[in-house]
Amino acid sequence: MANDIKILTEHINTPGIETFEVYRKTGGYNAVEKAIKKMSPEEIVEEVKKSGIRGRGGAGFPMGMKWSFLAKPEGVPRYLVCNADESEPGTFKDHYLMRNLPHLLIEGMIVSSFALGANTSFIYVRGELMYVIKILEKAIEEAKAAGFLGKNILGSGYDLELVVQPGGGAYICGEETALLESLEGKRGNPRNKPPFPAVKGLYQSPTVVNNVESIANTPWVINHGGEEYAKIGIGRSTGTKLISASGHIKNPGVYEIPLGLPVDEFMNSDQYLGGIRDGHYLKAVVAGGSSVPILPANLFYKTANGEDRLMSYESLSDGGFPTGTMLGSGGFIAMDETTCIVRNTWNFSRFYHHESCGQCSPCREGTGWMEKVLHRIEHGHGSMSDIDLLVDVAKKIEGNTICPLGDAAAWPVASAIRHFRDEFEWHIKHPNDATKPGAVFMGAEILA
Amino acid sequence: MSVTFTEDKLKKAQEIILRYPEGRQKSALLPILHLAQEQFGWVSSDTMDYVAGLLSITPVEVYEVATFYTMFHLEPVGKHVIEYCRTGPCCTMGGEEVFSHLKTKLGIKANETTSDGLFTLKEVECLAACGWGPCFQIREKYFMHLTNQKVDDIIEELSK
Repeated sequence: MANDIKILTEHINTPGIETFEVYRKTGGYNAVEKAIKKMSPEEIVEEVKKSGIRGRGGAGFPMGMKWSFLAKPEGVPRYLVCNADESEPGTFKDHYLMRNLPHLLIEGMIVSSFALGANTSFIYVRGELMYVIKILEKAIEEAKAAGFLGKNILGSGYDLELVVQPGGGAYICGEETALLESLEGKRGNPRNKPPFPAVKGLYQSPTVVNNVESIANTPWVINHGGEEYAKIGIGRSTGTKLISASGHIKNPGVYEIPLGLPVDEFMNSDQYLGGIRDGHYLKAVVAGGSSVPILPANLFYKTANGEDRLMSYESLSDGGFPTGTMLGSGGFIAMDETTCIVRNTWNFSRFYHHESCGQCSPCREGTGWMEKVLHRIEHGHGSMSDIDLLVDVAKKIEGNTICPLGDAAAWPVASAIRHFRDEFEWHIKHPNDATKPGAVFMGAEILA
Repeated sequence: MSVTFTEDKLKKAQEIILRYPEGRQKSALLPILHLAQEQFGWVSSDTMDYVAGLLSITPVEVYEVATFYTMFHLEPVGKHVIEYCRTGPCCTMGGEEVFSHLKTKLGIKANETTSDGLFTLKEVECLAACGWGPCFQIREKYFMHLTNQKVDDIIEELSK
């Protein structure tokens, strides 16, 4: 398998690629021509199904299947909504893709909207990215002027308007039903399911919500076919994945990798992250955005059975929660030995407490309790029973809320205690040492 | 205090309302609140009432939204609002040190404004720029790969 296959980012370094003219010269919008002139919507859905592509926002649900659930009652409009509310800590791939390749997303939106029979589609972008919204709006104007958007696209009789919608700074709106509420001009409170958006979504009409990266893959699937796409990757992890990497690595940034790339190669080769910064070593990894379980370095490189781990949905989750994690959104955070796990866990808890919409009490109250307890452990006021209290609160949130934010808040805490319990105990037993600036427990040795 | 959009902003607001299906003008609420903040710097309750009027919705429908989304400033702010990321990845990239330097430099804490009215500091959660961190945002502009030196340069530039 060639490691250099690029489905999304092949032309990302071409000067002027953000303009219609240059994007078109690289073969851009060929998928729109092919889809609208030569394919039926059903055929496109079939190709996306064959590709095996799974939702790139974090949940990994098969995209073709999601599309096939869309209800099609007569006389009722259908909507495609692109989820560009990227807010999961560690994740900045959609930001990168949209600001550099706006036309790729727009091309994907056109073919996907055509496949789903939508005549008005939305791109919901987190409000902080107002500069990216302007880039997208400019690209939409260009595509419209060239006849790829608006009325009667390429003379086919198919009409499509694309609307870019800003959010207002709320992580919860990355949850698809909260996003729809927000798009309707309301607070981002997730809806009870069922009904699912495929039946009652935006304005109570059938709606598909897909992540930016998922939609950006569709032009390639149309140009080359779903079967070709499925040849890339490994097993049920087909295609490539954008990984946004941050932390104590030599080369932070966004990488398009073929799924199935060995973790060791991704982490240490110069083509990718280049390893941990000089003079330090890897302590822990959050592989798929802040909500996925944190893994110590040994369990990150190898599964509990001693197999080399791969960057794929299946391999990263090998071992389940006790010894595995998740690919999630591809928000990859590497931490070296100078990182205090207690402090980082408290930081993540504060995030989820801040971002809880407040609708369900286990999440609203539980995230606040976890933040408070972690704050007191980190600041030298913890007691031993606090550790079990945290585990207990996390358990009581998990699975007991309308949306997955509760789970997302519970998992980082539960996994940090599972793998780094001695670090929590050290904070409680040695508050004076633990509260020194930069103090980190490293087993027998203490870094301060 | 009565609040009105400039002619340009009003025209823009009307264009935004037309993006949505008939009867769904409430969808324009977030974009129009952003528009209002762009003009007035913050979103007062008078502004909220005005926006409610533009969209033919009740004022409470605007209040509940304006107070839910953290990007809207519900109190007057300084000329430059610096919103720095306090979330894990930016901290791992060195954010805690850089932002502590920023606070010392300005002599204020988060959610405070300098006495000359030039800078307001706000702590925000993840800005989706983790690998380019530490980062902050001043209105629409992102400032990334921040160091103490870069912070000094930005503050000096904006103080001119």
